[in-house]
Amino acid sequence: MKTQDMVALLAAGVEPVDRRALGRRFGWALLAGGGGALILMLLSVGLRPDLDAVLAQPIFWAKMAFPLLLAAAALPAAARLSRPGVPVRGRGWATLAAPVLIVWAAAAVVLLAAPDGERLRLLMGSTWRRCPLVIAFLSVPGFLAVMWAIRGLATTRPRLAGAIGGLLAGAVATVAYCLHCPEMEVPFWAVWYLLGMLLPAGLGALLGPRLLRW
Amino acid sequence: MTDKEAVQPAETRLKALLLRGLDGDAAAYHDFLDDLSGHLRAFLRRRLYRFQEEVEDLVQEILIAVHNGRHTYRPEQPLTAWVHAIARYKLADFLRGRMRHEALNEPLDEQAGLFAATDGDAAEARRDVGKLLEQLPDKQRLPILHVKLQGLSVAETARVTGLSESAVKVGVHRGLKVLAARIRGKI
Repeated sequence: MKTQDMVALLAAGVEPVDRRALGRRFGWALLAGGGGALILMLLSVGLRPDLDAVLAQPIFWAKMAFPLLLAAAALPAAARLSRPGVPVRGRGWATLAAPVLIVWAAAAVVLLAAPDGERLRLLMGSTWRRCPLVIAFLSVPGFLAVMWAIRGLATTRPRLAGAIGGLLAGAVATVAYCLHCPEMEVPFWAVWYLLGMLLPAGLGALLGPRLLRW
Repeated sequence: MTDKEAVQPAETRLKALLLRGLDGDAAAYHDFLDDLSGHLRAFLRRRLYRFQEEVEDLVQEILIAVHNGRHTYRPEQPLTAWVHAIARYKLADFLRGRMRHEALNEPLDEQAGLFAATDGDAAEARRDVGKLLEQLPDKQRLPILHVKLQGLSVAETARVTGLSESAVKVGVHRGLKVLAARIRGKI
């Protein structure tokens, strides 16, 4: 086929394009990811029994803020990476790094202030073994939904888009996990929540070039 | 004329055509793709001097990619940056396939070069997209055949093929995506 003929073929009968496709796709992905994580959490590990009492404690909301802020930063970054020629700029990376750095700084302060024998308990809690794995498990619906969203757009950076998309799914799953997780110490989230979110992000980086190719 | 002076009118003109095309103006969209193919050809000829005979294949592949990804273009973005990212992505894909162990000789990074020159002298494409089209399943091939090649409307195509109107639209859309994937598989 000659290029001229292909141009004619592509242009024939074009319909107006839906300019809101990106917003709609990510909207559905968040809904599926958030809803899916919540349902999986309720069905598998369940709400923490003392949730009512915990809701009144500021530290609980500080804990929720960590994945929420990461999700809020990962969403626009993933959206930018889904469009050709729209790189994530310095400010985008800074808003992604900020929640992690703040939690690490707070964790360092808590650990330094703690008496010697306490530090290990603050860091490991009682659920460190399963925390990252459960977060990764809860992120499965969000991971699939976010990859679907990006696939329908046009990323030219599939590995990076996969990683940030995975991080978004992980952060959304962690919000749901907070409703279950009994750990209330900052050093614990600084390590294990982050690890849980990095598992889907790493998987996204690994699979991105294959899943998101177009 | 310097590169920069040559680029600005092309950017403005192509962008205006594309935006009209995105609103459903097929004639403007046709002109956009036609102009763009000239720019892509010149851009690729300069970069693929070792694979000149494959330039036209790659021009066609990038045109399909531009078409399939056109819903991601936003008017506030420079068109050069958007097209360049797609062209670069497809070019890198092509080169990865061709020279796995050879270093890339020429930097792909200067966007400004993309709209600086145009080349209307199309060589024969080596890969026959027409043949690939024929291999698509009927529910994609027939909508593309009637809507895109014979110029029937969606409603007419629905009547001729017995498909619903939305199936015709989906068939065209999916068919072009599958076509892009098949082309990629051939390289």
